[in-house]
Amino acid sequence: MAAVRLESVSKRFGKNVVVEAITMEIPDREFLVLVGPSGCGKTTTLRMIAGLETVSDGKIYIGERVVNDVEPRDRNIAMVFQNYALYPHMNVYDNMAFSLQLRGMPRAEVDKRVKTAAEVLGIGHLLERKPKEMSGGQRQRAALGRAMVRDPDVFLMDEPLSNLDAKLRVQMRVELVQLHRRVNTTTVYVTHDQIEAMTMGDRIVVMNEGAVQQIATPKELYDRPVNRFVAGFIGSPPMNFVSASLVREGDRVYAQRDDLKTLIPAALAVKLPTASRGEIVLGMRPEDVRVANATTPQSASGRVDLVEQLGSEQIGVIAVGSQNLLMRTSADTPLAAGDGIALSFNDAKLHAFDPDSGVAYF
Amino acid sequence: MRSPALRIYFPLALYALFLLFPFYWMLITAFKQNQELLNTPDPLLIYHWTFAHIVGLFTGTAYLQWFANTLIVSLGATLLSVAISYLTAYAIIRLRFPGSQMFGTAIFLAYIVPPSILFIPLAEILIRLQWFDKLWALIPIYATFIVPFCTWVLIGFLRSVPRELEEAARVDGASNLLIMFRIIFPIAVPGVITSAIFAFTLSWNEYLYALVYMSSSFNKTVSVGMTSELISGDVFQWGQLMAGALIGIIPALLAYFFLAEYYVAGMSGSLKD
Repeated sequence: MAAVRLESVSKRFGKNVVVEAITMEIPDREFLVLVGPSGCGKTTTLRMIAGLETVSDGKIYIGERVVNDVEPRDRNIAMVFQNYALYPHMNVYDNMAFSLQLRGMPRAEVDKRVKTAAEVLGIGHLLERKPKEMSGGQRQRAALGRAMVRDPDVFLMDEPLSNLDAKLRVQMRVELVQLHRRVNTTTVYVTHDQIEAMTMGDRIVVMNEGAVQQIATPKELYDRPVNRFVAGFIGSPPMNFVSASLVREGDRVYAQRDDLKTLIPAALAVKLPTASRGEIVLGMRPEDVRVANATTPQSASGRVDLVEQLGSEQIGVIAVGSQNLLMRTSADTPLAAGDGIALSFNDAKLHAFDPDSGVAYF
Repeated sequence: MRSPALRIYFPLALYALFLLFPFYWMLITAFKQNQELLNTPDPLLIYHWTFAHIVGLFTGTAYLQWFANTLIVSLGATLLSVAISYLTAYAIIRLRFPGSQMFGTAIFLAYIVPPSILFIPLAEILIRLQWFDKLWALIPIYATFIVPFCTWVLIGFLRSVPRELEEAARVDGASNLLIMFRIIFPIAVPGVITSAIFAFTLSWNEYLYALVYMSSSFNKTVSVGMTSELISGDVFQWGQLMAGALIGIIPALLAYFFLAEYYVAGMSGSLKD
């Protein structure tokens, strides 16, 4: 059990900056997810914590100890790799026992730990199998088992589910969270899949181009993204973005573009910079776009371009002027391609971003 | 040409026939009587069997000694070369020291240099070390051309071993040496066996160095002993030559027979997991 702390940690390969001065603190027992598009530096960050990559700048703490120059084997961490990295010539038992044997643990204790972990993971009957004789899901469990038996201070997981098929991935996602609740070990989990990040993380670190964009709980990340990147990355289908002009009519502020004109509530409008040149990027999540009715003001008018039926709900692609807006509504809302439609936005949940820097105003 | 029998097996059979014919020729010649060798109604058949050539080979020449010499030298050269090659290839692929890529290319270039260019400088070295006409001296000498080749084979093989395995072992607490021998080596076994087969065949067949550096009959290898003692002037003792060659291919035959599976896996450089 240990907390992990990164203090302005950077990684450079030659002149190429892969990770730029990131700082984060992972309290003991937390499940922290690093998420971002490929090449954002998340895996490099994880590998630096593991000691598989040297740190160019900054300090990494595991517990109270600076581990920059500590060998991976002396960090008391366990890592799960994307391709499992099970030793192909050893059976599952030996794969799991390997690290314990290296530490000179008594045979009986090794046996007990391996069997306990195997039972927890439901692979007790597979201990004699070689990795190649098992399915992807079973290999994944064996790889988790190899990490678990160590009883490490920190679990590091590098996209452990990405080689599994979609159904198994959902199942293993749940099992991993349950497992974490059970062993309560600090976990750093890397994924490029925002759904995995949202469903599994106590907190999420969104990274892009080697820098931390935002560190927050899933809910906070979804409701209050700090910039346009985070807003667009988290959520599926993604947030709608509309470049709009601010129009002031008396003390009311509207955002306008083509056939879209929506009132920005006074509580939000005060967060807009007064000095701005009147352009913003307006953002609204698909579920905050609704069909306008008598009680809601109309914010935009357009035409239904496409409807994606998902069973319990449907995603409508609405052409508004030159732009497409996604809306998510319940399946019984009448939506038909080609129809004209009037939209209203859930204006309390509107987002606005600086068109140049992408920083969120609200 | 639809059926696989015609499409695949017929050409294969032709090819096999083509490849096996020299062996057949060797086999029948070893058991033919001398007068039948050149003057016979059908050269592809034996009319009168004889074991005289084989008996003569063992009683009239030091064939057994040559065979033992070749075996010792080949096994020694194979062991030495594969050991050096594994260490070298591992260092080039896994340790990635500065200049490792260039080093890898240099090794390949060393393989291209033909042995006939090197035999004079090598002779110079042997004489200075006073290793001339010493059988075991052939072991390090053979290593000079086997190591580059085996290293090249093993580099290709080790490159296909996922790096994560090594990293997983490092996190698990293994030292570099332990990773090299307990994790990577067992996985690299097909590659090691492939290079060992090559090393063994190359040393078994080697002619030039053995001819030049070994002068006494006691130290000769099979290939040198037979050509130097069974051919006098333009008199070829075909029967004994073929008998000697026939027995001489047995070790290589056995090696390929039992290890062919590894050999294929090693050559394709693939790791089925």
